[in-house]
Amino acid sequence: MIDRLWQLAARHIDGFLLSVALCIAALGLGVLYSASDQNLSRVAAQGVNLGVALVVMWGVANLSPQTLKRSAIPLYLLGIALLLAVALFGDVVNGARRWLHLGVTRIQPSELMKIALPLMLAWYFEKHEASLKLRDFAIATLLIGAPMLLIVRQPDLGTALLLAASGGYVLFLAGLSWKIITALGAAGAAGLPLLWPLLHDYQRERVLTLFDPMRDPLGAGYHIIQSTIAIGSGGVLGKGWLQGTQAHLDFLPERHTDFIFAVYGEEFGLLGNIVLLVLYALLIGRGLLITASASTLFGRLLAGAISLMFFTYAFVNMGMVSGILPVVGVPLPLVSYGGTAMVTLFLGIGILMSVQTHRKLVKS
Amino acid sequence: MKHTEIKNPERELFLFRRRLAVAAVLVLGALLGLMARFVYLQVVRHEEFRTLAESNRISVVPVVPNRGIITDRHGTVLANNYSAYTIEITPSKVKNIESTLDDLAAVIEITPRDRKRFKKLSEESKNFESLPIRTRLTDEEVARFAANRFRFPGVDIKARLFRQYPYGEVASHVLGYIGRVNDKDLERIARAEQTANYKGTDYIGKVGIELSYEHELHGQTGVEEVEIDAGGRAVRTLSRTPPTSGNNLRLSLDIKLQKYAEDLFGARRGALVAIEPGTGDILAFVSKPGYDPNLFVEGIDTQNWEALNNSADKPLLNRPMRGAYPPGSTFKPFMALWALEHNRRTPAQGISDPGYFTLGNHTWRDDKKGGHGWVDMYTSIVHSCDTYYYKLGSESDIDDIHAFLKLFSFGQTTGIDIEGELAGVLPSREWKRNRFKRDPKWQPGDSVSAAIGQGYNTFTPLQMATAMATLANDGVAYQPHLVKAIENIRSGEVRKVAPQASHQVPVKEAHVQVVKRALIGVNAEGTGARAFAGAGYLSGGKTGTAQVVAMKEGPYDASKVEERFRDHAWFIAYAPADKPRIALAVLVENAGFGAQHAAPVARQVFDYYLLGKVTAVPPPTPPREARHD
Repeated sequence: MIDRLWQLAARHIDGFLLSVALCIAALGLGVLYSASDQNLSRVAAQGVNLGVALVVMWGVANLSPQTLKRSAIPLYLLGIALLLAVALFGDVVNGARRWLHLGVTRIQPSELMKIALPLMLAWYFEKHEASLKLRDFAIATLLIGAPMLLIVRQPDLGTALLLAASGGYVLFLAGLSWKIITALGAAGAAGLPLLWPLLHDYQRERVLTLFDPMRDPLGAGYHIIQSTIAIGSGGVLGKGWLQGTQAHLDFLPERHTDFIFAVYGEEFGLLGNIVLLVLYALLIGRGLLITASASTLFGRLLAGAISLMFFTYAFVNMGMVSGILPVVGVPLPLVSYGGTAMVTLFLGIGILMSVQTHRKLVKS
Repeated sequence: MKHTEIKNPERELFLFRRRLAVAAVLVLGALLGLMARFVYLQVVRHEEFRTLAESNRISVVPVVPNRGIITDRHGTVLANNYSAYTIEITPSKVKNIESTLDDLAAVIEITPRDRKRFKKLSEESKNFESLPIRTRLTDEEVARFAANRFRFPGVDIKARLFRQYPYGEVASHVLGYIGRVNDKDLERIARAEQTANYKGTDYIGKVGIELSYEHELHGQTGVEEVEIDAGGRAVRTLSRTPPTSGNNLRLSLDIKLQKYAEDLFGARRGALVAIEPGTGDILAFVSKPGYDPNLFVEGIDTQNWEALNNSADKPLLNRPMRGAYPPGSTFKPFMALWALEHNRRTPAQGISDPGYFTLGNHTWRDDKKGGHGWVDMYTSIVHSCDTYYYKLGSESDIDDIHAFLKLFSFGQTTGIDIEGELAGVLPSREWKRNRFKRDPKWQPGDSVSAAIGQGYNTFTPLQMATAMATLANDGVAYQPHLVKAIENIRSGEVRKVAPQASHQVPVKEAHVQVVKRALIGVNAEGTGARAFAGAGYLSGGKTGTAQVVAMKEGPYDASKVEERFRDHAWFIAYAPADKPRIALAVLVENAGFGAQHAAPVARQVFDYYLLGKVTAVPPPTPPREARHD
C-alpha cells in the first residue's frame, strides 16, 4: 500500500535530476551556515525555502505539458502585471525598486518572469510551428522586449540581460537563422560603444573595475578584490569548512547571497569548485538530454531554455565572483540564500521533470 | 515565388538537435573556462593570494571626515560636533538581542526609551551594521564595560563624533538636522555619484541647511589600510589617506536677533522672515513652534516623534517657506504700485467710499461701516481702505497684475538656498483654468477679491518678506539666502556668497516713492501708528489681516469664532525709511488683526536690530482702530 502510494507520488519525479539538485542545495546549506557566521536560524529559513521549493517542484512535475501550455499566457500576463505593480508600488531595497509586498512576504516579480517568458515563447512557437516565418521571430522579440524594458527601469540591467538571454535561447533553439544570429551578434558588438553613454554611472563603474579593480578600492572594485583574494587564498584543497577568514572579515556584505561562492571557494578550494562545476554540468547535461528527447516542440523549447538558464546563472555568478564578469545581481543557483530564487529554480526543475515523464503519455 | 513547405519532422528534429549540440558545446566550453579561471586563481596565483590573506589581512577602512560646523553671521556656533563614547551592537553577530540587552543593562544604564529607539533603528537598518544602543557614556561606564567585554560578542565601544545644536529649538527650521542614512538617502547618494565617499558615513543631512548643503558639510572620506587579525580587529595601520573635513558654513542669520524674534512669539504660532534688502541676507527666519533638532540625531523615539508629528500646532511645518497664507491688506501697496505703473490711477485720483462695493448682484464690504469718505491712493494704504481696491480690481486685468507682481516673487519660489520651498498662488486666467476644471473661467468678481489680497492669493511669509525687501530696495530684487560664506578649514579659503541682484523690477522711481511715502504714513499716522509710536527712526509698513474662512455677510466677530478659524495677523515693514537695513514679514496665525498682533512684533525686532534696544510691548491697539487693515 505504502509502496503504491510512493510509486504514485514519485511517478513524475526524475530521480537523477532531483539527486543532483539536492546535492547542490545541501552543499549550499553547508556554505550558508559558514557564510552567515554559523547562524542556524538563517540556515533553517533557507531549509524552509527549500521545502517549499520541493513541494512546488513536485506539483509542477505532476502537471502535464498541456497544462503548462495553457498556463503560458496567464502566467506571462501576470508577470507583466506584477512588474508594472512593482514599478508603481514596489519596495525599494538597496536603491532599486524590485520587490513587491504581498502581505506576509515580499516577492521579486522578475523571478517569475524568468520562467513565464520561456513558457510563453515556447507556446507561441509551437502554435505557429507549421509555418515559422521571420515575422514570428519579430513578435517573439517583442514578447522578450516588454518585460525586459520594465526590468531595466527598476533599474536592474543584469536581470534584464539574463531575461533576454532566456528568451534568446528559445529563439536560437526554435531555429532562428544563423545569418540573423551572426548579424545580431555583430550589431551587438558594434552597438556596445553606443550603449555605453546610456548606462548608469555605477554600471559603467562596474565594467571598468573589471579591468582595473584598484581604480576604486572603496567603491565598485571592493567586492571583486575581496572575492578574488578569498577564492585565490583557498588554494587546491581549501581552508576547510568554517575555517575561511577572508570572506568572513566583513569584506563581503552580500556574502550569504550573491557572493556566497567566495566563501565556498575559500573553504573548499579548487577541488570543491570542481565538484560544484561537475554537479552543475550534470544538472545541465541531464536537462539537455531531456530536451533532446522531448516529444513536442513546446517541450523541447521549454526544457532547452530552462536548462540553459541554469547554466547562465551558474556561469554569470561564478564568473562575477571570480572577477571575469561585471558585478550583476545574480544568485548562485540552489546555493545563494533567498526564497524566490530557490522556488523559481525548483519550478524549472519541475518543468523539466514534467516534460520528461509525460513524454510517453503524449506520444501515444 | 511562394512554395508550401512540407513539414519533415525527422529533419526538424535533426536540426533542433544540432542546435542543442552547439549549445552543449558552448556550455561545456564556458564551464571549462571557469575551471581555468579557478586554476589560475587557486593554483597559479595561490601563493600571492595566500600571502595577501594570511600574513597581511589588509582591510581597507574608510575614515569618516568631520562634518563642517555651522555658525551665524557673527561666528556664533549653531551646529557643531563633539566626541563621545557610544556602545554599539552589530545585530548579525549577536545571537539573542533581547537577552544581550538585559545582560548589558546590568553593566551600564539602558532605559526603556533607549531600547525602543534601538528597536526602531534595527528595523530600519541592515543587521550587519553597527548600531548605537547608548551614547555619551561616562568614563566609569566605559571602564565597567571594558571589564565585562568578553561576555558580549558583537557589542563594542566606539568613540564617535556627534552632532549638536547648542541653541535647541532656536532656528531649528533653518538648520534642520542630520540622521542615520536610510535607503532613500542611499539612492540620493548614488545619484550624486558619492557612494564611495559615503562608505562608513552613518549620518546625513535630512532637512534644512544640513540637507541642502550636505555636499559642503560632509567632506571627503579618507582611506586607511589596516592589518587585522583573524578576529577582525585592527592590529596596525599600514597606510592612511586622511579625510578632508567638511566645509564650515557661515549663515547670514543673526542668532541673537533670531532668538529675540522667536521669544517675541511666545506660545503663539506664526512666522517671521527678516531680510537685509541690499544683499538678500536673511537675518531671521522664524517658524513657531519649532522643535529640538537634537532629538533627531540619534534617531528619534516613537513617543517624541508622535508628539511632534501629531501636534495640532504643526511644529515640524516650516511656516516661512512651506506655509501659504492669503496676504490680506499687505497686498495693497503692490496693487497700488501696479496701478501707477499701468496708468490705472494717479496718486491724487480718489473715490468716495460708501463702505461697500457692488458689482452685478454681489456686494463686497469694507471693514469700516459707513466707509472712509474721500480716499486717494495715500489714504487707501494708510487707512487700508478696501473699497478703493475693490474698484481698482474690478477695472483691471488679472493677467496684467500677474505679469507685474510675479517680479516681486509673489507666487514664485524665491530661490532660497534650502530645499522644499512652496510657490504659493498668484492667480491668473491660466492658473484658474488648470486649477478648477468645473469653473475654469475667470470671473470679474475674482479680480475684486484678489485686489485686497484675498480670493485665490496665497503666499509664503518668505515671499512677503522678499517682496517687501524688493520694494524697500526700489525694485532691485536680491535672491534671499541663508548661507553667507563657505569656509574650507584646510586651505583657509573662504568662498563668500556674493549678493547678486537677481533682477530689477521695471518701475519708475517716482511711483515707488509714492507707495513708500504711504507705507511711512502707515507707521506715522495709520494702522501701524500705535505700534511704532516714539520709535525714533522712520519706518514703512503695512498691516494685513488674512481671512481664514470666507467673510460672511455682516461684520466679523473674533470672540464668536473658534480659534483655528480666526484671522491671521500680518505685518510687513522696512526700516530705516531712507536707507533700509532690514525688511521683514511677520505672520501670527489665528491672532486676529495685524495692527494689533503682528505690528508690535515688527516694532520690537526693529528696535532690537537697529538700536540694540529691548522694547516693552507697546500698548495694544484697540480693536476698533485696528480692524481697518
